[in-house]
Amino acid sequence: MSLSTKHLLGIKNLNANDIELIFQTADTFKGILQRPIKKVPSLRDTTIVNLFYENSTRTRISFELAEKRLGADTINFTASSSSVSKGETLIDTVKNILSMKVDMVVMRHQASGAPHFLSQHIPAAIINAGDGTNEHPTQALLDSYSIREKFNTLKDKKITIIGDIMHSRVALSNIYCLKKMGAKVTVSGPPTLIPKHIESLGVQVTYNVAEALEWCDVANVLRIQLERQNMPLFSTLREYSLYYGINKKMLDSLKKEILIMHPGPINRGVELSSDAADSHHSIILNQVENGVAIRMAVLYLLSGKTTS
Amino acid sequence: MKTILDKNKFNIVIERLANQLIENHYTFDQTVLIGIQPRGVFLADRIVSYIENILQIQLQYGKLDITFYRDDYHTSKNVHLPDITNIEFSIENKKVVLIDDVLFTGRTIRSAMEAIIDFGRPSKVELLTLIDRRFSRQLPIQADYIGLTIDSILSQKVKVLWAEHDKKDEVILLDTENDKN
Repeated sequence: MSLSTKHLLGIKNLNANDIELIFQTADTFKGILQRPIKKVPSLRDTTIVNLFYENSTRTRISFELAEKRLGADTINFTASSSSVSKGETLIDTVKNILSMKVDMVVMRHQASGAPHFLSQHIPAAIINAGDGTNEHPTQALLDSYSIREKFNTLKDKKITIIGDIMHSRVALSNIYCLKKMGAKVTVSGPPTLIPKHIESLGVQVTYNVAEALEWCDVANVLRIQLERQNMPLFSTLREYSLYYGINKKMLDSLKKEILIMHPGPINRGVELSSDAADSHHSIILNQVENGVAIRMAVLYLLSGKTTS
Repeated sequence: MKTILDKNKFNIVIERLANQLIENHYTFDQTVLIGIQPRGVFLADRIVSYIENILQIQLQYGKLDITFYRDDYHTSKNVHLPDITNIEFSIENKKVVLIDDVLFTGRTIRSAMEAIIDFGRPSKVELLTLIDRRFSRQLPIQADYIGLTIDSILSQKVKVLWAEHDKKDEVILLDTENDKN
């Protein structure tokens, strides 16, 4: 058994078997990460470049740790300190790096579709670590994996995604992933931040956050992406927080226990209050922990299909 | 297809191997047994239950998956998927007995030794195998306990069948060109 795809460009291109295979492989890696020696040599002959055209803390550290735990050699590339600022194109940059015998590319880019474009021009396996407002597949995999870990399954679980759905690649990847695994999804947030026709992805929409919380088993709260909004879509952050922010009081008033997730970085006091983020509802740090195991699984499963 | 070990002999050989372990390790207080996934575990299960039954003790017994330690990762066509590794005790300064069904090229055992050392530093590592395919080794690795030594050529395949998995206890030799497994 292996993945049906050579690259991980998005969850859109995966099927449920692929996702289950990644989860099962991640289970094994999670076991390895509990051992005194948290390292296996399976990718010791593989070199991986982390190509980051956009800022990142968690994803980048998580990928780099996953690569190191698999014994791979890694190189880090940041657009700001490279020849990109001298005008080099994406293809030229990557072809130059690959000519130094690099086997896999992990990339984040501000343009949606950048990894898809690159995959048509280079032989190496590409893993999308976030492209513009399109997809962030490994985040969705680790989110779903964390839910599966708590409930043993995703089937028929109710997940609400709250916040800036319009600009969020995490939301899109999560919707694809959750739907493929049989979960039910509702998106919620201000009407200006929810794309029209999003129902065509098989999700429900509510503009009332309290209603969404009442319905769900898990709430995945997204960050307001001010850097991607080039026109005012809500009046102030205070107003957003008042109508769409989640706090501990709201969670306590529910008749059931729900889980709170957040892909990070949190704007404390905006989409999520500190008392909610640090409460027992929150599995935010479990998500981060699972991120390494999920990325190890993806790297391991894709590395067998490199050029040789 | 040729039967190398039939059902009756099969059990006699396994009991002999278990008794040899008892002879050498006696109380097993400093010894741990490790079955190599996937098919070494069947042999290890039998040996462990035999010894526990005879001595009325509980052995320290774990299962080791060597998938991530293989050296043929990039040359094989399919991705190898891992089995469970379950070693819930320290192997530091213990005598480790690795158990696998067939010793062939020695590469699995090399991977297993690398994997087991990630769990600690054993005082000694021994190897127990049901079938030793001699003359086909690609690495300098020998077994300490051997059920049966056979001569076979590279294109042949030795298959150990287990009642709990394959409905009967038997060891067969397949000529891969003629026999469709």
